[in-house]
Amino acid sequence: MIVYILCFILFLVGLYGIITRRNLIKIVISLSIMEFSVFLFLVLIGYIDSGVAPIVDPGNPTEKYVDPLPQAMVLTAIVIGLATTAMLLAIAIRLYRKYKTFDIREINNLRG
Amino acid sequence: MKGMSIIVKKIAQLISGFIFLYGIYIIIHGHLTPGGGFAGGAIIAGAYILNILAFGSDAVNLRNKEKGSSLSESLAIFIVLMLAIFALFIGSRVFLSNYLPKGQLGEIISAGVIPLYNIFIGIEVAAAIITIFLALIIFKEETKR
Amino acid sequence: MELTLSILIGFMIVGALFAIHAGDLLSAVITTGIVGYSLVIAFLLLKAPDLAIVQIVIETITLIIMVAVVLDSTREELKVKNDFKSYANILLSLIFSAVLLFFFLESISGLNLFGEHTLRMSEAYITEATEKTGSINLVTGVLFDFRGYDTLGEATILFAAALGVLTVLRIKSKK
Repeated sequence: MIVYILCFILFLVGLYGIITRRNLIKIVISLSIMEFSVFLFLVLIGYIDSGVAPIVDPGNPTEKYVDPLPQAMVLTAIVIGLATTAMLLAIAIRLYRKYKTFDIREINNLRG
Repeated sequence: MKGMSIIVKKIAQLISGFIFLYGIYIIIHGHLTPGGGFAGGAIIAGAYILNILAFGSDAVNLRNKEKGSSLSESLAIFIVLMLAIFALFIGSRVFLSNYLPKGQLGEIISAGVIPLYNIFIGIEVAAAIITIFLALIIFKEETKR
Repeated sequence: MELTLSILIGFMIVGALFAIHAGDLLSAVITTGIVGYSLVIAFLLLKAPDLAIVQIVIETITLIIMVAVVLDSTREELKVKNDFKSYANILLSLIFSAVLLFFFLESISGLNLFGEHTLRMSEAYITEATEKTGSINLVTGVLFDFRGYDTLGEATILFAAALGVLTVLRIKSKK
């Protein structure tokens, strides 16, 4: 159980970063930390003690495999994570070229 | 963007081909060993990014490359969709069903339509990552003061 | 096993805290790599080789893109003096954390202990995957056969994200 709680603390660290930081790059970093903790939590749930990786040996099939379903879901989520991070970075650099700063509060004041 | 020193160029020249081959191996053995379209596509994109970073390129050249990569990305996802729709006309007439013969378990040519999905998803992932990278690099080149 | 993973996740938490508080953007970006690459080791320990391969490549590419963006703009962290609003934000995040942690502890009491997962949904996937799909890598079998809709949606999102990056970076800025 302690592993689940530590994993959730990692999520909370990312949330703390998103709420308190004012730099756009730091916000992107915090968002990817939250992403990582969610991936880890999903894979932790599917783990089985003394289970083997979910690849069948056609000669002698064993009974205990770890759960393949969360792994398949996380596999797609990792690639989406790269795409969303790149999208956020593109928006960030676009804002930097316009306002010459990464400070979201200042960008909010300069708007209009 | 200008390239790096001669040592980096030579090493990149030597190993990027092997990385590319490894990516193709991961893709076509996706149903037998760990890996598959997503992992192999990302590895191929990594080899390509290594080449661009080591050798450098100018904006016009990068634009042509970007045209190719976005075209192949669109074509790959279109073919994936067509493979899925094709299942509506064959066999059990269920969307996304596996309509080709399954073959011998553990052979390279087996598992019906799964290797085809793997190959085209691999192309799609590789082209998407390359397109994102090229777009960022072109933006950097064109707005340089 | 649980102890090893706990130490690894503790290491990730320290790395994440340093990345958020670093005084320099470049070191913050590099420190994010601690979290990402520790995740690769965690996936290997959790018997997920597919995920480890994907994560190690994707993490490297993410780092390259982030470093390129930081070097292209600025690597200096903002110099902000703490005013009332920032203290209010810290208080707000602590309150959020406490509330979320309470509900998390409530909800995981229904889960099995770590390592004693019972297969309910994937029972059929594991026993029937080799006959129904012909693929001996069960993750690929689930990904492209049983859960094909998810993969198709994922490919669409990737396509949309690439289009989004192109659109955001292509607009001619009005002077």
